Amino acid sequence: MVRPSRRWPRFGFKEVWEYRDLLYFLVWRDIKVRYKQTALGVAWVILQPVFATVVFSVVFGRLAKVPSDGIPYPVFAYVALLPWQLFAFCVAESANSLVGSQNLIKKVYFPRLIIPLSTVLAGLVDFGVSFLVLLALLFRYHISLTPSVAVLPALVLFVVAAALSVGLWLSALNVEYRDVRYTLPFLAQIWMYATPVVYSSSLVPAKWRALYGLNPMAGVVEGFRWAVLGRSGALGAQVWVSVGVVALLLIGGLVYFRRMESTFADVV
Amino acid sequence: MSYIAVRSQGLGKKFRISHESERYRTVRDTLSRGLASALRFGRRAERRPAEDFWALRDLSFEIKHGDVVGIIGGNGAGKSTLLKILTRITEPSEGLAEIRGRVGALLEVGTGFHPELTGRENILLNGAILGMRRSEIISKFDEIVAFSEVERFLDTPVKHYSSGMYVRLAFAIAAHLEPEILIVDEVLAVGDVAFQKKCLGKLGDVSRGGRTVLFVSHNMAAVESLCNRGIVLDHGRLVFSGPVKEAVGYYYDSVSSTPEAESHVFDLAPCPHRRSKGGKLLKRIELFTESDRPLTGEMIIGDRLRLRIHFELPVPASSFNIGLGFNNVYTQRIFTANSLFDRSRSDSERVGHQVFVCDIPEFTLMAGTYSIRIWLDINHMEVDLIDDAASVRVMESDYYGTGNMPRQGAVVLRHQWYLEDEAFAAKKTPATACASSSTRVI
Repeated sequence: MVRPSRRWPRFGFKEVWEYRDLLYFLVWRDIKVRYKQTALGVAWVILQPVFATVVFSVVFGRLAKVPSDGIPYPVFAYVALLPWQLFAFCVAESANSLVGSQNLIKKVYFPRLIIPLSTVLAGLVDFGVSFLVLLALLFRYHISLTPSVAVLPALVLFVVAAALSVGLWLSALNVEYRDVRYTLPFLAQIWMYATPVVYSSSLVPAKWRALYGLNPMAGVVEGFRWAVLGRSGALGAQVWVSVGVVALLLIGGLVYFRRMESTFADVV
Repeated sequence: MSYIAVRSQGLGKKFRISHESERYRTVRDTLSRGLASALRFGRRAERRPAEDFWALRDLSFEIKHGDVVGIIGGNGAGKSTLLKILTRITEPSEGLAEIRGRVGALLEVGTGFHPELTGRENILLNGAILGMRRSEIISKFDEIVAFSEVERFLDTPVKHYSSGMYVRLAFAIAAHLEPEILIVDEVLAVGDVAFQKKCLGKLGDVSRGGRTVLFVSHNMAAVESLCNRGIVLDHGRLVFSGPVKEAVGYYYDSVSSTPEAESHVFDLAPCPHRRSKGGKLLKRIELFTESDRPLTGEMIIGDRLRLRIHFELPVPASSFNIGLGFNNVYTQRIFTANSLFDRSRSDSERVGHQVFVCDIPEFTLMAGTYSIRIWLDINHMEVDLIDDAASVRVMESDYYGTGNMPRQGAVVLRHQWYLEDEAFAAKKTPATACASSSTRVI
């Protein structure tokens, strides 16, 4: 093992793989600890999207009468909230992950990539639980799943990739600039309204659709509606724009992360 | 099988210290700089008023497989930085280090412990953090639990543990790491004496197992007993590398050459290491040497040491005693003087300000620096105690007057040698000032 710093490091996936046991235990710890010492415990996993859905249904569904492509508004919103909350949660958690585990970073060596990775994976578990609520909701509204639901795993993977790509940038930036922590809530809010969560993308004028695709979450959320409900607003070329954006962000994020990695222990 | 386990070549680590003006940045400033810096792909904004500080510079050494190396040096010497580089926690700014074998690092006890998790869960988590495989942890689980002595609390969250239990559990996990190269930093500073001994013993086992150990500690006695080689760092540079005894000696020489308050009067009021149960009654110590000269700087082996101790008796008392403990730099007690040991001292009842004199006609402790602990007992109850109340520095001397300087051991004692068939001659000349003095070594 020799260690001078390389200017352009490789991704280091092999090393991450060698440390997979650590990754496993970190994910396991995050899940175990998250709702410790709360009265409601795991119920929070369900309550968060359910409350959001109730609020959106009242404000946007009832009061503002936002059209929902003929789908009952609560279902319409909840289906979109699932991927959105997975994304928002993963981004927020991973952005703060490095700073939050600075005691580890300063005292032990392991590929730092494991830290944001583990928070994102831990987010998947919450998603799984709240997905069960969706099934209940569909049952309640007598909506049956269509074969297109088979695309769902791919979509979930895409959400995770998107969250990781943003999370890598933010977590590495956060090490040096704690501003990230304060920017994050605004970012999440603005991003949500730029994503067809409470409204349908069919409201977006056609000429803006391609630009809209630059927001990878827009395609994913509509994709979710399509996969679960069999219909959605508008989908098309924008999906590929989204994939491209995420791929670019992810590779850029990895490179940036790996470059900053060597200084984490000194700066954090 | 003595191949090189660690080789370092010109290792250096630079930190950038920012200056005062920077501390009060405006938010806008921060944002624009952050943005600029991010855009320039992570390179820090070069315009900041900053200064380079080398925590380590030009460090080259080799460590053979199976060596147990103590890394010593004062605060800020760069010991921890070196360990962090060798464990890959941080990268060197220049130079390189080559390490052969799996490295286990123990820079802190209980890294990554989560307070909400139980002891059992933390063993798994911490083991993984330290680099153990899941299967490895599980196979050693029972051993770890037995070593930690916390079986009964295995399913209690560690936040309810006492600090002793916490440390024991944490060390137990670390101790069962089986790396080829073990890097340990000052972890023995925690825990009680019994536990420290156990840890030292475990570390000793590790090194006897033929593994390479790098050990940073301020406990020189531990370093000397565990290590066979020593590296001395001073302000980021390697100043000595060699057998551990010589390294420790080198370190002490370099420490004792630093100037200190050269006065024979030690005011006890500001002493930080004090335990007063009956008020701060001990006031001052004055040191004198041969022919009542104030003792400033150092004395030589065998000189007179006279201590004048000023103290206060709040209520009339006749049974009061003062003790003086002389500790060497390893914090080992070499000699204890106590007014209890002198029958001839007066036992009249006294009150108010007193001066008690302790006269040691021949202070025969070996060359070195001795820190003095002083305590006052009234009616056999300790009322005031101060650690590091004063110190004396003893220089080498030709104590026996033969031109052969005594260098080893803790004390010098007058003694005689004679061949039995010449016993007659020996009786005739009982050497100069024989061991007739009242100095006793306890």
